[in-house]
Amino acid sequence: MSDSTDEVRSYTVRLELVDEPGELLRALEPIANNGGNLLSIFHERGNVTPRGHIPVEVDLEATPERFDDIVDALRDAGINVIQAGAEQYSEALTIILTGHLVNTDLSDTLSRIHESTDATVTDLSLSAPEGTDDASSARIRLATEEGAVTETMSAIRTVAGDKDLRVIEPLAAGGEA
Amino acid sequence: MRLAVIGAGAVGSSVVELASDHGHSVTAFADSSSAVIDSAGIDAAEALDRKRIDGVVGSGTPEDALSAEYDVLVEATPTTLGDAEPGFSHVQAALERDRHAVLANKGPVAERYADVRALERESEGSVLFEATVGGAMPILSTIDDFDPSHITAVRGVLNGTANFILSRMATEGLDYEHVLAEAQDLGVAEADPTFDVDGTDAALKGVIIANVLSDDGTEYTLEDAEVEGIQEISGSALELARADGRTVRLIAEVVEGSVRVGPRLVPDNAPLAVSGTRNIAQLETEHAGQLNISGRGAGGPETASAVLADIGRL
Ligand SMILES: NC(=O)c1ccc[n+]([C@@H]2O[C@H](COP(=O)([O-])OP(=O)(O)OC[C@H]3O[C@@H](n4cnc5c(N)ncnc54)[C@H](OP(=O)(O)O)[C@@H]3O)[C@@H](O)[C@H]2O)c1
Repeated sequence: MSDSTDEVRSYTVRLELVDEPGELLRALEPIANNGGNLLSIFHERGNVTPRGHIPVEVDLEATPERFDDIVDALRDAGINVIQAGAEQYSEALTIILTGHLVNTDLSDTLSRIHESTDATVTDLSLSAPEGTDDASSARIRLATEEGAVTETMSAIRTVAGDKDLRVIEPLAAGGEA
Repeated sequence: MRLAVIGAGAVGSSVVELASDHGHSVTAFADSSSAVIDSAGIDAAEALDRKRIDGVVGSGTPEDALSAEYDVLVEATPTTLGDAEPGFSHVQAALERDRHAVLANKGPVAERYADVRALERESEGSVLFEATVGGAMPILSTIDDFDPSHITAVRGVLNGTANFILSRMATEGLDYEHVLAEAQDLGVAEADPTFDVDGTDAALKGVIIANVLSDDGTEYTLEDAEVEGIQEISGSALELARADGRTVRLIAEVVEGSVRVGPRLVPDNAPLAVSGTRNIAQLETEHAGQLNISGRGAGGPETASAVLADIGRL
């Protein structure tokens, strides 16, 4: 960390936007309003997250202090900030969920995991050999902040517990698996 | 050394059979209803024959065995939860007479570790229990060699039956019930496999490890362990794991005073992904990195070897 807090630096922010008109504009406002200088916007149309959101990458310039305000303002505006500056989502985590996944609303399960952990689902495979009414399994890969794996796992256990789903955890959260 | 072997099942019988090979004599041998005692050393073959044919080891009573002349009591009665009886009282009887106790029975050191240690402190005798964790594998003695304070975590596959079931399910694409029945036919799983598949057996071993690692006197029992079994693992979950280069193993994990047992995703080629009835323990050491010990985690002669190794260390 640098201690010169007034120096302007460039940052990358990854956002996930709901696919609705006006969303992008709404996301850019907090940046301008808090003294950020927009450099580029990379709108990954066609690349949709498992939950139907659109990933957007924004490059901007700001002082570290203002940058923090920008991220806070974005989050206050209800915008999903996936990655901001140095705060990388660098730990991948794979779990398997089993149980009545479909009947207990899989997409709701995923968004609850996302909301309570700040981790993003980067990959999902579902196997429902007996049809959707029966027990099925899903392999889910998540990206989570460095050092937040233990926290993420305990949040996942809570969500799974509420829905009577079983979690097959990776070995040693944060470890070799 | 003169041994009193209490319990005449797979483990006790093997100890009796192998004792003379290791330079020991058996002066007392008991099952649940009978005993054979001879201060000059019993005739092992005769006692084992008698057990096989008549279901008793001799004409004495089990109490006679406890009061016989011996240097080491070998505790090989069934593992029980809670008060850990009758095993605990057998260990107590030996220590109160200033004799050593070597355990295959997990109960006393998993459920009443502090009581066992307290009795040991008052006694000239010592307590060793290598056989309780991982059969023939030298897990506890390795921890002891390194000193528990230099071990930061232990993870392992500590139940061969559960591992056999999971690895068969994964490679053959068969479901749980099918593989369990097959394991019972092969004698890999017992008629009542509950403690193997619900994680209890692995958890008891994890608890014993936690007790050994505990550096502040905290005592662990089965109640402190978070345990989940493999009964609900589906073929589809294993299939999804496999498509991703992973598999599922029942892993016991002892880290910083927590004991957890449950099915975990491990990379296909990870050391912990042993197959069949094989066991493995992975020690995380402070200065020497990761240490893997694998081998046969159960079986009469295997477990008896660990008992005899303990006797050699006394
Ligand atoms: N088998 C393994 O691979 C293995 C591995 C590690 C640890 N262990 C542990 O080692 C112990 C022995 O295992 P095992 O497989 O040999 O068990 P087992 O085949 O069930 O044998 C238990 C023996 O204990 C005897 N017994 C029961 N109550 C007794 C009493 N009050 N006094 C004297 N004897 C009594 C039984 O007598 P009867 O013959 O009259 O019924 C039987 O001979 C268990 O605690 C087990 O958890 C086993």
